[in-house]
Amino acid sequence: MKKHFTGPAIFLDRSDINTDEIIPAKYLTEVTKDALKPYILEDLKLEGFDPNGATLKNARVVITRANFGCGSSREHAPWVFEVNNIHTIIAESYARIFRQNMFNGGMLAIELPKEEIERLFILKSQGDVEVAVDLDKQVITAAAGQQCIEIPFELSPFDKALVAAGGWVDFADARY
Amino acid sequence: MGKTIAEKIFAAHLRDEPFPGAKVLSLDRVLCHEITTPVAIADLEARGKDRVFDRTKIKAVIDHVTPAKDSKTALQAKMLRDWARRHEITDFFDVGHNGVCHAIFPEKGYIRPGFTVIMGDSHTCTHGAFGAFAAGVGTTDLEVGILKGVCAFREPATIRINLTGTLAPKVYAKDVILFVIGQLGVNGATDRVIEFRGPVIEAMSMESRMTLCNMAIEAGGTSGICLPDMTTVDYLWPFISGEFASREAALADYKQWWSDDDAVYEKTLDFDISALEPMVTFGFKPDCVKPVREMAGAPVDQIYIGTCTNGRIEDLREAAAILKGKTISANVRGIVSPATPKIFQQAMQEGIIDIFMSAGFCVTNPTCGACLGMSNGVLAEGEVCASTSNRNFNGRMGKGGMVHLMSPATAAATALTGVLTDPRTI
Ligand code: SF4
Repeated sequence: MKKHFTGPAIFLDRSDINTDEIIPAKYLTEVTKDALKPYILEDLKLEGFDPNGATLKNARVVITRANFGCGSSREHAPWVFEVNNIHTIIAESYARIFRQNMFNGGMLAIELPKEEIERLFILKSQGDVEVAVDLDKQVITAAAGQQCIEIPFELSPFDKALVAAGGWVDFADARY
Repeated sequence: MGKTIAEKIFAAHLRDEPFPGAKVLSLDRVLCHEITTPVAIADLEARGKDRVFDRTKIKAVIDHVTPAKDSKTALQAKMLRDWARRHEITDFFDVGHNGVCHAIFPEKGYIRPGFTVIMGDSHTCTHGAFGAFAAGVGTTDLEVGILKGVCAFREPATIRINLTGTLAPKVYAKDVILFVIGQLGVNGATDRVIEFRGPVIEAMSMESRMTLCNMAIEAGGTSGICLPDMTTVDYLWPFISGEFASREAALADYKQWWSDDDAVYEKTLDFDISALEPMVTFGFKPDCVKPVREMAGAPVDQIYIGTCTNGRIEDLREAAAILKGKTISANVRGIVSPATPKIFQQAMQEGIIDIFMSAGFCVTNPTCGACLGMSNGVLAEGEVCASTSNRNFNGRMGKGGMVHLMSPATAAATALTGVLTDPRTI
């Protein structure tokens, strides 16, 4: 599946959102990614967040705080985003396995300094935020109402190569 | 400049560095269970690459939900079973022989000092207790591991934790690691290896070291790690006696992995744990930790003793010592899951199973069971469990349920009273 890194953002305003909140363990009995789709963020309790709401349904990008995806190694966590058409996450930091799983699937887990994440959260007060990621220039453009901000981001050459290859299986298979 | 044990293992296994900082390591062990492996198998099949790199280095077990509880878990087990047969995986453990992955694989002697180990399971860091670099990975990394025997890592820096002093009575490795996580925070060791050092570790059994390393991931750590010593050699001796002339020779060989005296650590933390008390978590993050004393009296509905953290024989012995001749509170349900068949049998022979049953515990077969809310003791909304497991996330043991993490001794003491109880008061 071709990945896309542009679209409306949903904001999850908390640190340490864990993999059980992203996809509860009881759904790990599924053996296909698509079957996970309805259960995205089902157990996440967050003020103003509705796992069945339109904001999540329309979202293509998640913007959140520190240590996102901590806990289990389950790749079901990135997959549940993938099958819900969210291929980009922007956070202050990630748990290692979650972050690696995103890139291994050819998706983007962008890390930004705290102040830049804060700017994005402030931008949200202007209205719905639309995000576009330019992978070549390594710049995020976020727009809301009349405002538009550009934020550069870092990406290791390896992570970039994984996104370009469409994930680690293809990359590794071609090389080893 | 000297190297840490993790750096030595990385250097010895470096297969490729496709980009600066991206280290592709060759793997000594790829461990598999029925929750995260079937999707990898299905993907390999779909790609027309249903192959394995080395059937002797891949080990597989059905452990999370076993025997299967419904059609879906039966299918997961079947996919792993069929795949293991198809590829003649040398070591595959099914019903009757299976146990919790991070207990059964070390028990079989599969993990050795200096090894690289991955598994599609976050608590793979447990195996670092043997002086291995052992990391949890996702299904894609697992899939490539199965196919190619390699895995990519950013080389992690190491945090060294020196533990000095002596553990007070009724204080265990679990209390130590809960305390350490409380100090580091849930992401205090993200992308880091935690190297446990000092006299406290040297005095610890392999079981206790596994409990310690098991929870490195709860501070975000890639791997926990202990230096291999005579305790390690003694534990492994039944499996390695053919490889070495003597235990001393084995130790001399394993010492090649020891961190150099002038190794560079990102930081070093020193804790004297002599005054450490039994600890317990509150809230929904493993770094929310307090002495049990301060939480004493909080009611619980269920006690769960088992899991890859504390389901080993020494854990069952500690709990049984407190339960012996007593019965648990009528207000709680007690469940104990010996982590492997061997532990189960040993517990029977030592009379431990009898103590548990006489106290009113339900003894289940070896499985992860309630630990992740998939079977054998799921909590109802609003219920509270005193558990020897490693993760207290909201809903972990069942939607709307809450988990307090603690040592087997504290769990046993809590079972007797029905409220959180410091085992020193029993
Ligand atoms: S016992 Fe719990 S933490 Fe350990 S492997 Fe099983 S589910 Fe995971």
